Amino acid sequence: MTRHAAIDAGPPHAATVVSRVQESPTIFTLRLRLDDPAAQAAFRFAPGQFNMLYLYGVGEVPVSIMSDPEEHGIIGHTIRAIGRVTRGLSALQPGDRVGLRGPFGRGWPLQDLGGNDVVLVTGGLGCAPAVSVIHYVLRRRARFGRLVIIQGVKHADDLIWHMQYEQWAKLPDTQVLVAASQGAAFWPWHVGRVTELFGLARFNPARAVAMLCGPEGMMRAAAESLLGRGLPEAHLYLSMERNMQCGVGRCGHCQFGGAFVCQNGPVFNWAEVRDLLGHRGF
Amino acid sequence: MFNETEHTVFLPHDRLAGLLAAIRAGGWQCVGPRVEQGAIVMAPLAESEGLPRGLQADQAPGQYRLGADAKQRYFAWANGPQALKPLVFAPQETLWRVARGTDGALTFEAAVPDAPKRAVIGVRACDLAALALQDAHFLRKGWDDVHYAARRAQLFLVAVQCAVPAATCFCASTGDGPTPGMGYDLALAELDAGFVVVAGSAAGRAVLQQLDLAAATPAQIGAAREQGDAAAAAQTRRLPGRDLRDTLMARLKHPQWDAVAARCLACGSCTAVCPTCFCHAEHEAPALDGASSHHAREWDSCFGETHGHLHGFNVRPDIRTRYRQWLTHKLAGWHDQFGRSGCVGCGRCIAWCPAGIDFTAEVAALTGAPDVKEA
Ligand SMILES: Cc1cc2nc3c(=O)[nH]c(=O)nc-3n(C[C@H](O)[C@H](O)[C@H](O)COP(=O)(O)OP(=O)(O)OC[C@H]3O[C@@H](n4cnc5c(N)ncnc54)[C@H](O)[C@@H]3O)c2cc1C
Ligand code: SF4
Ligand code: SF4
Ligand code: FES
Repeated sequence: MTRHAAIDAGPPHAATVVSRVQESPTIFTLRLRLDDPAAQAAFRFAPGQFNMLYLYGVGEVPVSIMSDPEEHGIIGHTIRAIGRVTRGLSALQPGDRVGLRGPFGRGWPLQDLGGNDVVLVTGGLGCAPAVSVIHYVLRRRARFGRLVIIQGVKHADDLIWHMQYEQWAKLPDTQVLVAASQGAAFWPWHVGRVTELFGLARFNPARAVAMLCGPEGMMRAAAESLLGRGLPEAHLYLSMERNMQCGVGRCGHCQFGGAFVCQNGPVFNWAEVRDLLGHRGF
Repeated sequence: MFNETEHTVFLPHDRLAGLLAAIRAGGWQCVGPRVEQGAIVMAPLAESEGLPRGLQADQAPGQYRLGADAKQRYFAWANGPQALKPLVFAPQETLWRVARGTDGALTFEAAVPDAPKRAVIGVRACDLAALALQDAHFLRKGWDDVHYAARRAQLFLVAVQCAVPAATCFCASTGDGPTPGMGYDLALAELDAGFVVVAGSAAGRAVLQQLDLAAATPAQIGAAREQGDAAAAAQTRRLPGRDLRDTLMARLKHPQWDAVAARCLACGSCTAVCPTCFCHAEHEAPALDGASSHHAREWDSCFGETHGHLHGFNVRPDIRTRYRQWLTHKLAGWHDQFGRSGCVGCGRCIAWCPAGIDFTAEVAALTGAPDVKEA
């Protein structure tokens, strides 16, 4: 992974909110531009990498980059407002300023998928990094085999981009499986656990790459099911989340066994994390 | 020290002040041992101030007491609660500042670290080993921590061989002491009449040259070497191996984790005194006028409530998982991260644990007993 020495340990670089979209009652998307045009022009990332976003006077949080890596003028983040920093970020309007450091970590292995089927499994609200992969694949459709999107949410209202899921489901060689533990009126998808859907997924296990993100229990269940269907371990990736203070492998908060999630991850190959994942406490 | 190619000199006790003066003349401010609240701490030394003499540090689980050294030596105390860590990785420091203009524009500015030229007198072999580990963490190629790097570059290290290890010391078993091996500017081995001294850097040689000292005799060098061997042999605590990674990671469900959790207060003293722990939290301190803010870091501990905080979920909700994080990070995770264990055998976490938890005893219980408990 290439490092961008100019934007790393700090201080952050000033960026301006170019647009803000409310995606659901608590989820919003900010599109940002670095104030320094040269820094913006030089900003390159891979889907799955993240930035540390700084809210003036409050603090920094890690957030995945969800815009397209080839859209050079903009850096997009989809964020759920849950705590001090993210609620404050949700109050920002176009023209407001934030600080940004990044991109950090290792992203999804999208470069070397060579015609494989892509199976994406996401749960909870860990949807932003997965949606960036969906967009990435759809914009470069010929490079990939089938696209299988498996998404679990707690409540039907938590599924943002409803229309998009319905549109994706109509595309050729694309399968969309969505489950909500609690449904709602006119909920077109499955009601129940997302793990109940794995059996319905159609892909060639020998020629597929699976990417998981979301709660660890869900990722373990998904991994078990996918490996059980013959997916090679080497083709299974997942994105991990840990407390992050620095993003540059220094503060120690994101450690997962011997790994610094901010540097060695957040995307890991299954074999790298398999042994520790079942142990509460790491 | 005691490498055949090194030039070894002898510094009589009454010329120790001359050594400090030569160091000061080189522009370094001296930091060295001083007695404070019943313990040896490392503090800036005033020019008129002598070093404490005739003290030993009696240490046991949960105990640190200064006692008398019959030989009236300067460095018979094994160590105090601090190592070099606070001098390079500051307990608290501002990383950057930001100003907000009336138009909302943000201007960020890196904080310039305070990095005086400092000479540390009385650095132990374990401290040098711990410093090498902190260097590996904070100074990664092309990725230096500028605050750490600035202070690190200004250090002049005067190491001493430990002739009187504390009962809590186990550096011989980790391979890090008691005789300094590398990484010093000057290394001293104290005998009853003075010090056998070697230089380990050009800066160290330059300081020694000013003193015009006689070469150490073969008898003096032999005595110093023997005293190091005896100090190693006198250590009773030990770790059962230098690479316990796989052994410990195979015992994550061992009942000993529950046993130690029942005694551990999760106070974080061990991580604060441990010379290799590097965790820190970052926080924001906005100025009252709303026009600026500064972003600081502060030592943090994996025993704290917030270390594993994720919104709505704590990765390590209980003391069992926190103690296990501490011990497995030291003795397993460090191997993955830096190619060796993160413990240099200084024994500080044993002496400064208010519950008297003995790191080596915990490791013995974990590695000696079968892994029987299932979660
Ligand atoms: C690699 C990575 C990518 C992420 N991508 C996204 C994303 O695209 N969209 C999104 O909405 N959220 C994302 N998150 C989660 C997001 O970082 C947290 O929701 C956020 O830190 C919560 O901060 P807060 O101050 O609002 O909440 P509080 O609960 O007040 O948190 C206090 C502090 O704890 C830490 N913290 C709390 N929760 C988390 C967490 N889940 N992960 C890391 N640190 C945490 C932060 O330092 C935070 O400031 C990601 C997390 C990681 C590690
Ligand atoms: S774990 Fe204990 S004995 Fe080992 S280096 Fe840290 S404080 Fe010293
Ligand atoms: S995780 Fe714990 S043991 Fe490891 S460096 Fe941080 S405070 Fe020390
Ligand atoms: S976020 Fe600080 S070490 Fe990973």
